Amino acid sequence: MKAAPFEYVRPRSVDEACDILAGDENARLIAGGQTLVPMMAMRLARPTRLIDINRIAELSFIRDEGDHVAIGAMTRQRSAERDPLLAARLPLLARAIPWIGHAATRARGTIGGSIANADPAAELPLLAITLDAELSYRAGHASQTIAARDFFAGAMTTALPQDGCLTGVRFPVWRGRIGTGFAEVNARRSDFAFAAAAAQVELDPEGLCKRIAIGIGAVAEAPFRLAAAESKLVGMTLDQARVMDAVRAALADIEPMSDPHASPRYRRRVAAELAARAIAEARADALEKPHAH
Amino acid sequence: MHWRSRMRIELIVNGTTHALDIEPRTTLLDCLRDNLGLKGAHAGCEHGVCGACTVLLDGVPVRSCLMFAVQAEGNQITTIEGITPGQGELSPVQDAFCETHGMQCGYCTPAMILTAHALLNANPNPTREDIVEAISGNICRCTGYAQIVEAIALAAERLSGANRAKDAS
Repeated sequence: MKAAPFEYVRPRSVDEACDILAGDENARLIAGGQTLVPMMAMRLARPTRLIDINRIAELSFIRDEGDHVAIGAMTRQRSAERDPLLAARLPLLARAIPWIGHAATRARGTIGGSIANADPAAELPLLAITLDAELSYRAGHASQTIAARDFFAGAMTTALPQDGCLTGVRFPVWRGRIGTGFAEVNARRSDFAFAAAAAQVELDPEGLCKRIAIGIGAVAEAPFRLAAAESKLVGMTLDQARVMDAVRAALADIEPMSDPHASPRYRRRVAAELAARAIAEARADALEKPHAH
Repeated sequence: MHWRSRMRIELIVNGTTHALDIEPRTTLLDCLRDNLGLKGAHAGCEHGVCGACTVLLDGVPVRSCLMFAVQAEGNQITTIEGITPGQGELSPVQDAFCETHGMQCGYCTPAMILTAHALLNANPNPTREDIVEAISGNICRCTGYAQIVEAIALAAERLSGANRAKDAS
């Protein structure tokens, strides 16, 4: 349980970090390290150089951009969990972040680190997919953006280039009478999810679904949206039977992952149930809010 | 490949600055135990699952096995050795753990107590749920959770009582 030797560098800027990364294919960036350090302890990861981006000030922020909230990649999950702007503008994140690991891992773990790590069971990639987040990264001194739906290529695999450093995530802010829901099943609260669902809805003054986003995590190698269910539910009352039919149909063609804890059949079945719960929670949440104006 | 095998760093532990010459791969946990002799930080799973190695980094509980010592330069690190008010004395939280017997084998205890200190600093009147949530990342394999929760509730009650008495005087 001891990491192999490595050289440690602590660059002051993102460009400097990217230069080092570009010049050494065995180098790895370290953000919160809550996945990388245990991987190194078990020698499943053996970077020969560790580029610590924890002290790069330009990577830690939560910024109101009107139609979006932008979060710096090095922002600690703990800071995001306690941020009033985030709670007001991105209530789905506020609801889901307490599900990430434990308080002690959220104290170090970062928003960008979890997204770049792309664990299939991680909450932040699921939230990025559900809310159509836009990710920004730096590579070769150039800033690039990529949609979350184009970013997650599979388990622990992303579209980030070898010399790329994720710099931030922009989440769209929904206006109007919105509500959010999140549900997850795991062996113990805060352990890795066997399945997770996130939902955000906007209701019209009559309580009908005006807009809905439903995301599923930990079921396939990357989080995904139930797009077919979303289009069926818009304009409808979100009653239990209709929601269940829609999410079941949308999950019919998915090939879920298999592991000793959860079979593909179980994952498909529980994902439908969790999606229905998340939508019911989101609907109830929205109904408590005053009508849109 | 050229190895810069060791690094000189300064760590601030329990208010004292220590100059160290260590390998970058040394975790904060191993550094505290082996270089500084602070054996109260316990090495349990060494991959971030058990919570026995919890220390406070700038007052916030973190797993010391999940960061390298070189990363902690400039941070205020608090271990169980640093929370007693004086030699031979116990903190109110430690007292409460003794009185309610909030331990059996003691392996998880330093981490539980540090986590409780951080909780009570941030939230002087925690509910039972707040307490359970705060220690949810710390595994007690004797499963003595009931007394641990009781200890933290007792400490909270005493500390808030002490504050009230001070305010009244």
